Amino acid sequence: MLIRIAKPSDIKSSEITPKSVFLNRRKFLKTAAVAGVGLAAGQLLPSEALAGRKLDGIVKGNFATAEEQTSFMSVTSYNNFYEFGTDKNDPVKNSEAFKAKPWTVEIAGKCEKPGTYAFEDVIKPHQLEERIYRLRCVEAWSMVVPWVGVPLGDVIKRFEPTSKAKFVAFETIVRPEEMPGQKRPILPWPYVEGLRMDEAMNPLSLLTVGLYGEELLNQNGAPIRLVLPWKYGFKSIKSIVKITFTEKEPPCTWNQQAAHEYGFYANVNPQVDHPRWSQAKERRIGEFFKRETLMFNGYADEVAALYSGLDLKKYY
Amino acid sequence: MSREKIIRRVAKPAVFVLCLGPVFWFAWLAVSGGLGANPIEATNRYFGDWGLRFLLVALAVTPLREMLGLSVVARFRRMIGLYTFFYIFLHLTSYVALDQFFDLAAIWSDIVKRNFITVGMISFAMLVPLAVTSTKGWMKRLGGKVWQRLHRLVYAAGILGVVHFYMMVKADVREPLIYAAVLGALLAWRIFRRIKRKAAGRRNAHPANS
Repeated sequence: MLIRIAKPSDIKSSEITPKSVFLNRRKFLKTAAVAGVGLAAGQLLPSEALAGRKLDGIVKGNFATAEEQTSFMSVTSYNNFYEFGTDKNDPVKNSEAFKAKPWTVEIAGKCEKPGTYAFEDVIKPHQLEERIYRLRCVEAWSMVVPWVGVPLGDVIKRFEPTSKAKFVAFETIVRPEEMPGQKRPILPWPYVEGLRMDEAMNPLSLLTVGLYGEELLNQNGAPIRLVLPWKYGFKSIKSIVKITFTEKEPPCTWNQQAAHEYGFYANVNPQVDHPRWSQAKERRIGEFFKRETLMFNGYADEVAALYSGLDLKKYY
Repeated sequence: MSREKIIRRVAKPAVFVLCLGPVFWFAWLAVSGGLGANPIEATNRYFGDWGLRFLLVALAVTPLREMLGLSVVARFRRMIGLYTFFYIFLHLTSYVALDQFFDLAAIWSDIVKRNFITVGMISFAMLVPLAVTSTKGWMKRLGGKVWQRLHRLVYAAGILGVVHFYMMVKADVREPLIYAAVLGALLAWRIFRRIKRKAAGRRNAHPANS
């Protein structure tokens, strides 16, 4: 028998709401009405048109917390994915032409098994898990998303990084003809991100291929992306084509763009504000009132040890 | 109907209703779910956008009047100016009531700490006396010269409004730059007019009247 010990980062099962209810975004409506706000937001279009392909053989993962999940509609229509445009609804509108299959991932750098691997060969040897994580955007909004993926650490081990591999660098695909946002240098393409090796090996780090039991849609970073729930969303790089093991800290796109605003670590931290806005609170998509932001987005038990002795005000 | 009657009874009510268009459109978006997954953020942006647009339209009245010889547009300047204030007031209300839900401590620390909010608040504060003194009574009380000087604050408010927008944006600054370009053109036109008038004044050896 599997005994599951509740972690502080878990959310009470009493908070679970059936999918039909949260799809309606009723909670927002009610609180908004109570607050005397005339925002009678109606229902969006039905989401059938957006539905992806079902993923088989998913097991419930260890970190399946049970907080009220953000509706599929919101998760797939409110996205920051500048490759498809800078408005939140640009990715869903502009990503139709993107071809996520077939897909290969290049593995390079300090490891024993570099090469170009088919998407299936990267993922297939592992058990797909569903993990319900909080997602905290650096812009002070948040969601709860049931991701499907495999532990990044397990995948990394198969490529046998050498002792020189201190960091892992990730790279998003560049395809301006399919990604209209890349036609202009809003950010320096390709989008790049990086982690310290121990961060990448942390059990929370998820190499993600789906959400809500279905394959990732283009606007969510199909076919393969990172999900790092204790870091701001921009660290969770999308549509990955290259993973490189490096000796030195790799560059990260937003850090290059504005180093004083976005650090290499980008850990969720309510005590360290973004220079232009407070990080103390966040708005959960679908809710009216802001909620307190939790240290490491509520995953301190799992990740705080990674940063002991590190000045988080300096290494934000 | 006389020209005056057409302006008063037809044109003015028509422009008044037209200027309310963004409010009706907002109501439709809110009811139809068009505000998206984060309706509060969308509301904030929506009214901020319209506030800036109206401000630019208000600043375009005088150049239009003089360049096209359309003296009639001046009759709508106050209405457009007050609509500017109205939309920026809704923008601020959305921030205070929806985004922060009257959390005065959080709002104050935003004003003090965050430059783009500081700039936005200063811009709004500049518009308050302009809205208050927009009536004929205040115009008389202050006298034309003082009133006009006071209302030049709108230039500073416009600049700060665009700067506020520019500072808020994360990476894609194209949109604020469009606003900046339009504002720049409208202000540049005024500067050129001033220089020309001064030159003309010197030639005539009579000080220009404005």
